[in-house]
Amino acid sequence: MASVDQTQLFEFLCRMGDNTLVLGHRVSEWCGHAPVLEEDIALANTALDLIGQTQMWLGYAGDVEGKGRTADDLAMLRDVWDFRNVLLVEQPNGDFGQTMMRQFLFDAWHLAMLKALTASSNEQIAAIAAKSVKEVQYHVERSGDTVIGLGDGTSESHKRMQDALNLLWPYVGEMFVADAVDDAMAQAGIAPDLASLRAEFDAHVGGVLAEATLTIPDGKFTHKGGKSGFQHSEHLGHLLTQMQWLQRAYPGATW
Amino acid sequence: MKPAAEEIWDWLDAVPDPEIPVISVVDLGIVRDVEWDGDTLEVAVTPTYSGCPATSVISMDIETALYDRGIQNVRIKTQISPPWTTDWLSDKGRARLEEYGIAPPRAAGGPERCPRCKSTNVTRISQFGSTPCKAQWRCTDCLEPFDYFKCI
Ligand SMILES: [Zn+2]
Repeated sequence: MASVDQTQLFEFLCRMGDNTLVLGHRVSEWCGHAPVLEEDIALANTALDLIGQTQMWLGYAGDVEGKGRTADDLAMLRDVWDFRNVLLVEQPNGDFGQTMMRQFLFDAWHLAMLKALTASSNEQIAAIAAKSVKEVQYHVERSGDTVIGLGDGTSESHKRMQDALNLLWPYVGEMFVADAVDDAMAQAGIAPDLASLRAEFDAHVGGVLAEATLTIPDGKFTHKGGKSGFQHSEHLGHLLTQMQWLQRAYPGATW
Repeated sequence: MKPAAEEIWDWLDAVPDPEIPVISVVDLGIVRDVEWDGDTLEVAVTPTYSGCPATSVISMDIETALYDRGIQNVRIKTQISPPWTTDWLSDKGRARLEEYGIAPPRAAGGPERCPRCKSTNVTRISQFGSTPCKAQWRCTDCLEPFDYFKCI
């Protein structure tokens, strides 16, 4: 473990923390707008869990970096090109069905990833994963149930869920494509080989989508460039202007 | 003279959970350890849910309670491993939750009975509730909705 490059470890931790931060913020955009009260509460609680997990990932990222940056500094004072989340989580909410499809596709990957990370050679990462996985089990149970309910619902809800799946499926691949950072983490026993998570994901997602009477689109094209920071979609910048506005306008403001 | 750990545990058992004030932070199982480090008392606290907004209030309440007892230097240590589990809720805490109208957690994944009329005919409304630790259920006999402290 001592041999792992700290810059690469920092990158990896930013990927984990930026995924939960950006998705947490996206989901929080529903607060007060969801179709029914129970869903509003569920979305807000999911967002809260994700933001809480972000504090652990980015807090540790700041420690590893060793420049005195806190989780808040990393969340609120970095620009688009420094974010390392996958493109899936920054996609706009769309309608409720699209939000829940995005949630389910991420949750299914997130659960498999966190389960693997509980066995990380890095104790701190194993501890964060063990804490988070309990929360994510509830997330995926709900998002999966909702995808089934709406997919196998009315002709209108079915059509919207199929449209959402067609739109979002090309973003799934990025979660499983390993680069130099992922390879270094896998070699050090810090994180799993991402490709090894695919079978569990496919079985889980395939089962839910079949029950939801939805069809996985053909085609192997995958949007990439989010987790490497090479090229985010235009949506992330708009999200950050909202999320970071207060700290940018009033640096260091606290409650 | 420094108060003994047992006495400090008793004091902390008088600190209410800010969101469910009928149970104490000790009942909730989030105080993991109390230890003197020289003149500083170190209290290890584990969060219930990682984003629970009550966590910082709980730390402040613990510090205030100990300060009121004359302990000048308190250090709260956040401990995330092993992760908090509802198995750590005390029996006293479970009984108080039910009296208060919140069904206590069960490994079976749902409440045993309605905390009001004690009927076992209950149905889930939503896995998420008014705080991260609760789900919403309903009694199909008295028809009242109620909170269930979910198992984690
Ligand atoms: Zn009842």
